[in-house]
Amino acid sequence: MTDLAWIETALTGARPQAMGALLRYFRDLDRAEEAFQEACLRAMKTWPVKGPPRDPAAWLIFVGRNAALDGVRRDSRNTALPADEAISDLGDAEADMAERLDDSHYRDDILRLMFICCHPDLPATQQVALALRIVSGLSVREIASAFLVNEKAMEQRITRAKRRVSEANVPFAAPDAVERSERLAAVAAMIYLVFNEGYSASGGDVHVREPLCEEAIRLARLLLRLFPAEPEIMGLLALMLLQHARTAARLDTEGNIVLLEDQDRSLWNRDKITEGLALVDKAMRHRKPGPYQVQAAIAALHARAAKPEDTDWQEINLLYQMLERLQPSPVVRLNRAVAVFKLQGPEAALLLVDPLEDRLSNYFYFHGVRGALLMELGREAEARTAFDKAISLARTPAEAAHIRQHIDRLMAEGKAKVQAKSA
Amino acid sequence: MLYAILCYHDEDVVMSWSKAEDDAVLAKRKRVQKDFVEHGGKMGPAIRLVPTTGATTIRTAGDEQLVLDGPFAETKEQLLGFYLVDCKDLDEVIDFAKRMKEGESCTFEIRPVQIFEEGTLPEKVKIAS
Repeated sequence: MTDLAWIETALTGARPQAMGALLRYFRDLDRAEEAFQEACLRAMKTWPVKGPPRDPAAWLIFVGRNAALDGVRRDSRNTALPADEAISDLGDAEADMAERLDDSHYRDDILRLMFICCHPDLPATQQVALALRIVSGLSVREIASAFLVNEKAMEQRITRAKRRVSEANVPFAAPDAVERSERLAAVAAMIYLVFNEGYSASGGDVHVREPLCEEAIRLARLLLRLFPAEPEIMGLLALMLLQHARTAARLDTEGNIVLLEDQDRSLWNRDKITEGLALVDKAMRHRKPGPYQVQAAIAALHARAAKPEDTDWQEINLLYQMLERLQPSPVVRLNRAVAVFKLQGPEAALLLVDPLEDRLSNYFYFHGVRGALLMELGREAEARTAFDKAISLARTPAEAAHIRQHIDRLMAEGKAKVQAKSA
Repeated sequence: MLYAILCYHDEDVVMSWSKAEDDAVLAKRKRVQKDFVEHGGKMGPAIRLVPTTGATTIRTAGDEQLVLDGPFAETKEQLLGFYLVDCKDLDEVIDFAKRMKEGESCTFEIRPVQIFEEGTLPEKVKIAS
């Protein structure tokens, strides 16, 4: 790794902590960002010469704060503060700063920084864009290309989102236990949104956008290090690791979606699976089940099955029932229907699926699953209608192509039957 | 003499490596290991641990053994050794570890293993030869 690459990693790693502290100090996102930018510029100049500081985040906070204050003082024609070279040699000033950062302060700083991106008025995509900009430090250009919009539109979107959160007045006092756990839940949901934005693009050609998934995993890891005894955060990290482990097997060479049961399991990332399984195991010991833990446990059962036929559908069905109790949703019911299909056949599954029509009629997967079940039951015409509906709702070419494969199979099987009759 | 080589690095840095970068590091080390063994060197297991977020720590507090989530993080104590065990789940390891450290003030850190390579040590190893 070159020096500059190392510095970049250190800056990215230190960003949430440094931004969180600067935000607490300035109580203004734009000023905190400017201060952080300035500190990064100085780090790029100073670190290659002086070597990296012992605690990059403390260095950036100190230099960023001074740079901003320096600006204010220059404006008011006061004496400037000493140059940052003076504090880059691990002097007393930094030691003092680092000590203050060691208390639980910075935990709440980072949580607050993430939490302001989760304002309930912000639509999901804006929460994700804001988090990628503020917490992860991706450039507007990078975020725009991930969302397949032009840079200017994304700039406006982020500016609007920032204005909205600054009007929201998130309190800067240390949160109490209840507030802290509410913030943690909101932040976990936001991180999972970032992951899903990468895992299943909400539009455009690229179905899997790995960097977003990896960023979500990095943020969850950070959160778990700050709150090491939260089983739901263990569950969230495990869930994302276990899903992300399948990335290499999810699309074939032509970019078509490969269903879980058809995936080449030797392509699954064993390291991520091991880590995910260890985290599920660790979370379970707390006996405090939550939606992320249950979903992670389901993903773990898939990961444990060496062959699709080894899958423990009985247990998966039970876990989906548990998930329905914790977080009732038609989408969860739809997923459970797949387990019921494996255990009891298409008829029983369709009985679960059909009543969901009202609530899921605009959901791609609803029509996909329903079509596949109807096909199993030999109700070809209805299956065809369901697949057509699914194609019209597909968000990516890969999704549409996947349903078209089903239709092709349907047509081929139909033909085969006709041939059988005439023979 | 039997030696353990312990690997330390910044977890954030290692986890920011791409698959290709990580593979390159492991491949480079593999070449050295292969050369070492081919020239009569004896090598036991090589292990990579799951990141510290997967760690569990058992501490003694008074008469109690506390099981805590997270890695061991105390600078005044040093790593003095380790065991390698194969258990069905975390509960079983914790139980075993608790029984071993009973009456002791030491701390045990339990870390799941991510990569395990058996190595070529003969079954009976003399610690010093």
